[in-house]
Amino acid sequence: MKKSELVQKAGFAFLALCMGLTVFSLLSIIVFLAVKGSGVISWEFLTAAPADSMTAGGIAPVILGTFYLTLGAVLFALPPGLACAVYLTEYSPKGWTVNLVRISVNNLAGVPSVVFGLFGLAVFVKFFGFGVSILSGSLTLGVLILPVIISASQEALIAVPQSLREASLALGATQWETIRRVVVPAALPGILTGVILSLGRAAGETAPILFTAAAFYIRGYPRSPMSEVMALPYHIYALMTEGTRPELQTRIAYGSSLVLLLMVLLMSAAAIFIRQRQRRTWHA
Amino acid sequence: MRCRKEKLIRYGFTAAAFTALVFLVGIVAVLFTEALPLFRKVRVADFLFGRVWYPTGEPADFGILPLIAGSFWVTLGALLVCVPLGVGSALYLNELAGPKQKAVLKPAVEILAGVPSIVYGFFGMVVIAPLLQDLLGLPIGLCAFTASLILGLMATPTVASVAEDALGFVPRSFREASFALGADRWRTLTKVVIPAAGSGISTAIILGMSRAIGETMTVLMVAGGAAIIPASAFDPVRPMTSAIAAEMGEAPVGGEHYHALFAIALVLFLVTFVFNIAAELISRRFRLKLGHAR
Repeated sequence: MKKSELVQKAGFAFLALCMGLTVFSLLSIIVFLAVKGSGVISWEFLTAAPADSMTAGGIAPVILGTFYLTLGAVLFALPPGLACAVYLTEYSPKGWTVNLVRISVNNLAGVPSVVFGLFGLAVFVKFFGFGVSILSGSLTLGVLILPVIISASQEALIAVPQSLREASLALGATQWETIRRVVVPAALPGILTGVILSLGRAAGETAPILFTAAAFYIRGYPRSPMSEVMALPYHIYALMTEGTRPELQTRIAYGSSLVLLLMVLLMSAAAIFIRQRQRRTWHA
Repeated sequence: MRCRKEKLIRYGFTAAAFTALVFLVGIVAVLFTEALPLFRKVRVADFLFGRVWYPTGEPADFGILPLIAGSFWVTLGALLVCVPLGVGSALYLNELAGPKQKAVLKPAVEILAGVPSIVYGFFGMVVIAPLLQDLLGLPIGLCAFTASLILGLMATPTVASVAEDALGFVPRSFREASFALGADRWRTLTKVVIPAAGSGISTAIILGMSRAIGETMTVLMVAGGAAIIPASAFDPVRPMTSAIAAEMGEAPVGGEHYHALFAIALVLFLVTFVFNIAAELISRRFRLKLGHAR
């Protein structure tokens, strides 16, 4: 065997090793949590409230809290995010605004999550006086997922074939009618992908809700948008760092982690699935 | 009538287009206004290069050099993990994986990129830290080394995805030309494909770095939390993000400590802002170079 062949073999083996290590280490996290967590999860765990100062009982109010926060975030971020994407693709596809908006979207996406938390604290909790509440947390998470929604919607709108727009305009529809009746409906699966991705992102974020929404323990279920709330990611953190019974709390943290992981992974898998099917539709 | 309605709608959309910009500017404005009161009492140089972070002391010390050192070493360590793993995986996906393998591995990597940071932090706390403590005979498992390892794993899928996209942009004609000149696959990869995708790969690395330096929950849980300038990789550290997350709950609103935490956030924001702009500029040049200008 020549030297160059040996080098090539060694090089390719190294690349395979990198791929293998990546997949192995990440999968082992998931498998480990699945094994340790599945023993904790039961019907009671999912439907009961925490008991005995967080050392027993279930996590139902915690799951519900995450649900409210995430849903609120999407409700706040979707209208402006979608409108922004529509403007960029339909009204001004080549203007200077596109570059400016793209740069700000990319930068907003790169802002550390804890900075969003401080922004939410200063603006929503203090300035607007919403206090530590579901409302403040949702708004903060809404700002965080705005770039995800804008990018995904923009990509979906760009993918709509030009001929659909032209056909609609040729039939005498105005631009707004074309957008509302033709372009947005055609891009809906792609927009949905963005929404699901951002739901998963918002559900897993801890730092932004740390000072804006989350509480270690609340009796009962959240009742109004102005109440503090327990949420899955913060619950895991609190179980591991506060309280007095680490052994019992770690057990619940395993269960909570698995629930959160499953929620987030199912959502991102669904998003990827929809996107792949969508690509096939246009490129068929 | 119809025309006026169309115009109004257009104005509405134009306004909405600037939401992201408004929030970005809003974040900068909030960070500056909340950080400035600190600098009436503490000089900027003392803040950035002070070696003692003791915000609750009498008198309090607001030197963030230990926190910057913590962020720096943890991020550097993370890069040592995520660059070879991420770029190596991207090259494997692009070069060696067959269509079937790629159809499984690429979405798998994308899905793994979505695992929440709190889950990594939890895994690090219950598995990696005790494991490393036993294996290496460390006094404490929660240290810069552990944090680097976990952050690196976390950033790997991001680096791999972005780098793989960049490799996909390299035109096939480049490879064909190299093969025609008699180069084998490895030489083509290292001398033609990687240099051609070089700026795209650097974008991936910068984004991974940006992700690592801004990551909060993982370092808060596994880095150990001691605000000291580390003497070795196995010392506990307190990166900037974890100082903010850990102390904001206790800092009285409007006090010096509160403003100091906003000032740390400002430093953090500016660092990631520079990284993001750099990534943006490099990736634009890259697309132009390969004729994919958008």
